[in-house]
Amino acid sequence: MAYVPLADQDHEQELHHPHSWVEKYVWSQDHKVIAIQYGGTAVLVGLVALVLSLLMRMQLGFPETFDLIDPNAYYQSVTMHGMIMVVYMLTALLLGGFGNYMIPLMIGARDMVFPFLNMLSFWFYLLSVLILLASFFVGGGPTGAGWTLYPPQTSMAGTPGHDMGIVLMLVSLAVFIVAFTMGGLNYVTTILQYRTRGMTLMRLPLTVWGIFVATVLGLFAFPALLVSAIMMMFDTLLGTSFFMPAIIESGTPMDYEGGSPILFQHLFWFFGHPEVYIVALPAFGLVSDVLSTHARKNIFGYRMMVWAIIAIGGLSFIVWAHHMYVSGMNPYFGFFFATTTLIIAVPTALKVYNWVLTLWEGDIRLNAPMYFAIGFIFTFIHGGLTGLFLGNVVIDLPLSDTYFVVAHFHMVMGVSPVLVIFAAIYHWFPKVSGRMYHEGLAKAHFWITFLGTYAIYLPMHYLGFLGVPRRYYAIGETDFIPASAQTLNESITIAALIVGAAQLIFIFNILWSLRNGAKADPNPWGSASLEWQTPDTPPVHGNWGDKLPTVYRWAYDYSVPGAKSDFIPQNMAEEDVEMEDSAAKGA
Amino acid sequence: MILAVVIFALVIGSVIFHFASPWWFTDIVSQWDSVDGVISITFWVTGAVFVLCNLFLAYCVYKFRQKPGHKAVYEPENHKLESWLSAITTVGVIAMLAPGLFVWADFVTPPEEATEFEVMGQQWQWNFRYPGADGKLGTADTEFISELNPFGINPEDPNGQDDIVVNAPEMHLPIGKPVKALLRSNDVLHNYTVPQFRVKMDMVPGLVSYLWFQPEVTGRYDILCEELCGIGHFIMRGAVVIDTQEDYDAWIASQPTFAETQAMAAPDLAAGQAQYAICASCHGAGGEGNQALNAPKLSGLQDWYIERQLNHFKTGVRGQTEGDLYGASMVGMANMLVDDAAVRNMSAYIASLPDIPAQPTIQGDVANGADIYDRNCAACHLDNGNGTWYTDAPKLAGMNDWYFVTQIKNFRSGIRGLHQADPYGEQMVSMATAMAAKNTDDTKEMEDVAAYLNTIR
Repeated sequence: MAYVPLADQDHEQELHHPHSWVEKYVWSQDHKVIAIQYGGTAVLVGLVALVLSLLMRMQLGFPETFDLIDPNAYYQSVTMHGMIMVVYMLTALLLGGFGNYMIPLMIGARDMVFPFLNMLSFWFYLLSVLILLASFFVGGGPTGAGWTLYPPQTSMAGTPGHDMGIVLMLVSLAVFIVAFTMGGLNYVTTILQYRTRGMTLMRLPLTVWGIFVATVLGLFAFPALLVSAIMMMFDTLLGTSFFMPAIIESGTPMDYEGGSPILFQHLFWFFGHPEVYIVALPAFGLVSDVLSTHARKNIFGYRMMVWAIIAIGGLSFIVWAHHMYVSGMNPYFGFFFATTTLIIAVPTALKVYNWVLTLWEGDIRLNAPMYFAIGFIFTFIHGGLTGLFLGNVVIDLPLSDTYFVVAHFHMVMGVSPVLVIFAAIYHWFPKVSGRMYHEGLAKAHFWITFLGTYAIYLPMHYLGFLGVPRRYYAIGETDFIPASAQTLNESITIAALIVGAAQLIFIFNILWSLRNGAKADPNPWGSASLEWQTPDTPPVHGNWGDKLPTVYRWAYDYSVPGAKSDFIPQNMAEEDVEMEDSAAKGA
Repeated sequence: MILAVVIFALVIGSVIFHFASPWWFTDIVSQWDSVDGVISITFWVTGAVFVLCNLFLAYCVYKFRQKPGHKAVYEPENHKLESWLSAITTVGVIAMLAPGLFVWADFVTPPEEATEFEVMGQQWQWNFRYPGADGKLGTADTEFISELNPFGINPEDPNGQDDIVVNAPEMHLPIGKPVKALLRSNDVLHNYTVPQFRVKMDMVPGLVSYLWFQPEVTGRYDILCEELCGIGHFIMRGAVVIDTQEDYDAWIASQPTFAETQAMAAPDLAAGQAQYAICASCHGAGGEGNQALNAPKLSGLQDWYIERQLNHFKTGVRGQTEGDLYGASMVGMANMLVDDAAVRNMSAYIASLPDIPAQPTIQGDVANGADIYDRNCAACHLDNGNGTWYTDAPKLAGMNDWYFVTQIKNFRSGIRGLHQADPYGEQMVSMATAMAAKNTDDTKEMEDVAAYLNTIR
């Protein structure tokens, strides 16, 4: 490929240098500050969603005990928890947060290609969060239609927040997508055009590959959500009938005719399924880099890992209707979508094998980031395998809409990416802050989170086997659910409350360490990738001082035979590598 | 080191949990054993992968943990190994997918001889329709839906006249015959699920979806809605009774046809009025009620609601629970109405009385009451408190506030609504319980709602 790095024109580039505190920390155009703004906002809004989930668990574990959780509030919590976690927390944190921080540093750039657009992206994101949270304060409260916002119920009288709540949700999503598009175009352009000398595509760390493909997915997938949000807004406010057939509301015919509720589901899941990978692929990338660094071993099968990311990304656009096996769509679609869905298991399984094989014959440093990364492998294996139940269309018949689904997707796209996020935050904290986190607290945080979430979700699968339906405010009397299911629900709730509280350890650790952590080395883990080789820690505006780095090798030269050090940084030329003397080499 | 041990323990623990768990699929009562077969294959394949991968993970963490003097082995890739792993994975996937697709082919093509029935879902009720002697269901459309024709059956369609309509949340099926369920919805998405049948399908307004099965074991099983359909989702319950052919024939013969429901003779108001004389001694000549006698206001109530309650009193569904003092006195009174016609005449007469709003007797926090009402009650009883046939919800506004509070207390304490033949009462038990924590005895919230209802009469 005829690729002329923009890095060669580095001397002609002009960075936007801030002139005041406000420009530096508020209206900042520095990708690192924007990353922290994105990440901080995502964590805060994620805490809101965490509290909502605990409210739900309190109702399920101890029904008739808490006055403030009525069915209305319960369904609002279900909806807001889901939407916030998937879109406003995970997507924003992994792409807006990690994407922003990592891309320029890992590819050897001074900043994003469009810093001003990058700044706008954050402020639009913040605006979307504020619009969403505003729905808690309007009449009727936020929408309670479930995070999938399936019409026709979204705007009908029996659904909480059917007037203002749903409109604010749709507006907020539209604004979020604008923010995502500004950020996303930036990430893609930056990765393709701003790589430094020698940084070929096949030398990119997997973090960058994961973020790159996830962003491309997002740029293709979010428009489907945007149009469905706009069409639904038209249905709700202007009386069009895109998704609304002739129906009855409280005994009176509504003024709709001819629309299709299933059309919305297709549009939603055309976004919704790639969305799973928009969250998963950056997590795959981040965890690969954490595993390789702390195993002191190259990532196993790098090229296979890259192709697997691309293959998963491509396939993720042709599996969406596996969310709709029992939606009433033409059931013959089931053959196609079950096949594509199970095919996607192959590249995904290969990634898992390669992570474990990266540990094989490694020299594994068992610190907190590595604990989280290894914990991720365990939870991801579990969550991935249960996906084979639901993807295999005929098994979806009994299990769809039960707690098995809830357990599956929390395991695979809740717990797993969140463990990676914690691994990544602990791993890169020294570079970002210049200080070390508290190892003991981080490990305590790991044990409670890892064991606690397993105690929540493993038994939850069995409620699903039993047939306990999801999205039930209360189970009530049935002929098939034994009383012991309630005991199980109680224990799940207790585990959830403990895990929820344990996140305070994390918050405390981060805040405390920012001020009081031990001073960090520029490269405390002996990492080979470029972001650890910056002249300043934390990196200053412009990242690289006078001269951009030149890259000579891939990001995974750990324990290279003959080399004295157990890692060789990406920007170290072959002739600068210190070799062991020949005697030692022979031995 | 600890991590390796913990992962090992989690693998073993998960396997033990699986085999020790009392929580597993319900006993199947349809012919869909093949679904359970595919689950079983998938379980063994994925279970093996889970155990092997994670034990290998634990072994690696244990064996290759950092030790002084130890160095990792440099091995960028190993094509042979990667190819083998891809191949084995592909074989495993095919082993799970192929049988799954065969069973699915079975699911999407109901047998020729399957008889049809229709399930109609609406917020938050189930109704069922069976073809009559002609074996054909009449066409139906939303535009025909009314209180008298809740299925929206086309009145012009000859095929629909003999359709058997079951306007209640309990359906019957004969054992051992394949049946195809045609699924419809009047309003939002619903889902027809009987866990013991192993199959489910959404009900979508604007189209007809389907599923099929063959009941194999007699008994009564719950029907659940498993697609979020609004705040009443969790109380949208029904039941399917699998009968012997004989019992089924008897049951279906006792259900009215569509034509019969349309041709019912107009109630005789004069007869109702004559019988009402005895009611008037407590409930008042105008149905205005009398708090001193604990007799609530009747005028303003819908005829179908009065009819249902009178039948409940007559058949012991209501008024026979311990603690239901005033209900008990209604049992004898209702039994003075000798037949269905008498009940209908009485109901129609009461519904025809002029509705004069009752005098408020309860003070409360109206704003709080409005909030509780909007969140919990309005979806069925409507914003104006008038109720509607559609959700089987009676009028609340302008009725006696003291009676309202008593009934909410009755629902919460199990005095009313728990009888199996009172599905709408059961819905009220759930909602009344949800409104406030059960262990609080105070009636403040109910009084607030009553006070609010007094403002919208």
